[in-house]
Amino acid sequence: MKYLKIPFYLALMAFIVAAPFLFPAFKTQLATLWLMIIVALTWDMTGGQMGYNSLGNIFFYGTGMYVCAIVGIGIAFNVGEYTNASGGGIYTFTDAQYFGGVLLGCLAAGLFCSLMAVLVGFITFGLRGPYFAIGTLGVAIAAGELVSNWEWVGAGQGIAMPVYPYDLETGKVFFYFLFAGTGVVLFVFLSWLYRTRFGAAINAIRDDEEKAEAMGIHTLRYKLTAWALSAFFVGVAGAISAYQLIHFEPLETAYQTINLGIFMVVCVLLGGKGTLWGPVVGAIVFHVFKEVTWNYLLGWQWVALGALIVVTVVFFQDGIMGWLRVKKPEWFGIRVETSSNDATGAAR
Amino acid sequence: MTVIIETKNVSKSYGGVVANKDISISVESGGITGLIGPNGSGKTTLFNSIVGYHPIDSGTIQFENQEISKKPVQEIARLGLLRTFQQTRIYGEMNCVENMLISLPHRKMTMREIFSRNNRADYEQADRLLEFVGLYEKRFLQSGSLSFGQQKLLEFAMALMNEPTCLLLDEPTAGINPTLINGLIDRLKRANSEFGITLFIIEHNMRVIMNMADQIYCLAHGELLASGPPSAIQSDQRVIDAYLGAH
Ligand SMILES: Nc1ncnc2c1ncn2[C@@H]1O[C@H](COP(=O)(O)OP(=O)(O)OP(=O)(O)O)[C@@H](O)[C@H]1O
Ligand SMILES: [Mg+2]
Repeated sequence: MKYLKIPFYLALMAFIVAAPFLFPAFKTQLATLWLMIIVALTWDMTGGQMGYNSLGNIFFYGTGMYVCAIVGIGIAFNVGEYTNASGGGIYTFTDAQYFGGVLLGCLAAGLFCSLMAVLVGFITFGLRGPYFAIGTLGVAIAAGELVSNWEWVGAGQGIAMPVYPYDLETGKVFFYFLFAGTGVVLFVFLSWLYRTRFGAAINAIRDDEEKAEAMGIHTLRYKLTAWALSAFFVGVAGAISAYQLIHFEPLETAYQTINLGIFMVVCVLLGGKGTLWGPVVGAIVFHVFKEVTWNYLLGWQWVALGALIVVTVVFFQDGIMGWLRVKKPEWFGIRVETSSNDATGAAR
Repeated sequence: MTVIIETKNVSKSYGGVVANKDISISVESGGITGLIGPNGSGKTTLFNSIVGYHPIDSGTIQFENQEISKKPVQEIARLGLLRTFQQTRIYGEMNCVENMLISLPHRKMTMREIFSRNNRADYEQADRLLEFVGLYEKRFLQSGSLSFGQQKLLEFAMALMNEPTCLLLDEPTAGINPTLINGLIDRLKRANSEFGITLFIIEHNMRVIMNMADQIYCLAHGELLASGPPSAIQSDQRVIDAYLGAH
């Protein structure tokens, strides 16, 4: 296994770079797949690794979109006037304004969402289990309602973003690489983070928070840090989506609690909570399943999706990677000797 | 000798049940202090009060001359005052080594150390302490699959890993095979003498506590019944009556 690792990752990287050119008809699909991977991986940071199941991570996605829009438009024009005129036609962006807006918008979105995670987390991390899930969901719903009544950012109409300045197909490649780049950076970051002492501490919080407290771990500080890091990447993903989708609405697109907000959880459950690869595998399986059913089972696609969720939750609670981990622990570098020769008597 | 923990008139009730009433005790730094009493006499409640597990109704609690009765659990733990649980609490999904590594004292780490991997010294320390409590052979077993007694030993080792100044142990010998108890007494004494950790121990086994402690407090019905060196406690008629009466 060990010496296969480097060739495997090199091949994978080559494939990631080549994918939009190998499957030119699916560029946008592949970009969306990366979005699913990002939101699944970030959801797992708190849900799988720390035991805090958020239903409100979509809040960071939506907030990321809006922050990016405000910054991306704001560097060139007055945002209120722009949205009032619905953006269309009157306002043209130079290349520098467009790409500068993408870059600054993504960064600002990430940072602002981290800050929001800390502020919201101060309140919601006092909640446990289902209360945390519902509390965070409430935040996302409330944010959607607030923004959809906020005239300055276009209220319920949403915002029309500047359009990619060159031809549409290269635009698709551009957004593919923005998402893929973010996804790869996130994956590498997490594979490092989960091996640090910080990673072990958030696992301790998941397994027995009271014990972690009794051992002197700064539980709140660690929880806020984990969520802020997670929110950063969700915010960036939202920002990229804002530019990619060109036009977005507050409730249907940005704060879409029932679609992407739930899908990210399903991806993780499907792939395996609390594992590095689980969310990636889950997002791929889920996305393919969803696209296939949307294309070939029209009218029944939601039923099929519902069935998939039920089957996962009932029969594969540990997900694909969880199941593999039990079958092939050595692949995961886990050293657990299960049956001991003398499980009863105390140690010598 | 200086006093490390001092409680003054600590009271705690659960609804109508008075679990602790006006308890004043002091634990000497560097020693081994015992806490005995029949079941339900309020020993665990007193531990919980000291480590900030619940708010007390009245009284004061000082650790190293600092008032701690209003502080939360984590903050007290970060002062170096640690406890083990009567019902043992370990991270059951992880193996013993992982349990040990998670118990490293984060309070002594810089940001940079928190965001880096465990180093060789950490692994060696984990192995050394697992060896110390006799769990070295089991170190890669999932800790939840260990017996109750082994889990007690693991929890003790985890506490040592955290490098406390003072350790409160709630019935460390419960569930330990009688033939191994002498070994455990020896380890507790060594934790005290070699690692310099002040121990405050709840214990039902009279032979164990008489053998280890320099000073013993006895609770009955939530009140402090007697205190003194083992020899005095052993022959104290009130203590004998409390134990006989409780059975
Ligand atoms: N969380 C609680 N809620 C209500 N009553 C409690 C609670 N914890 C303890 N008590 C009561 O307080 C009294 C003292 O309990 P405590 O656990 O401190 O006794 P103990 O001396 O540790 O006993 P044991 O030797 O059996 O462990 C008992 O009457 C118990 O029923
Ligand atoms: Mg008790």
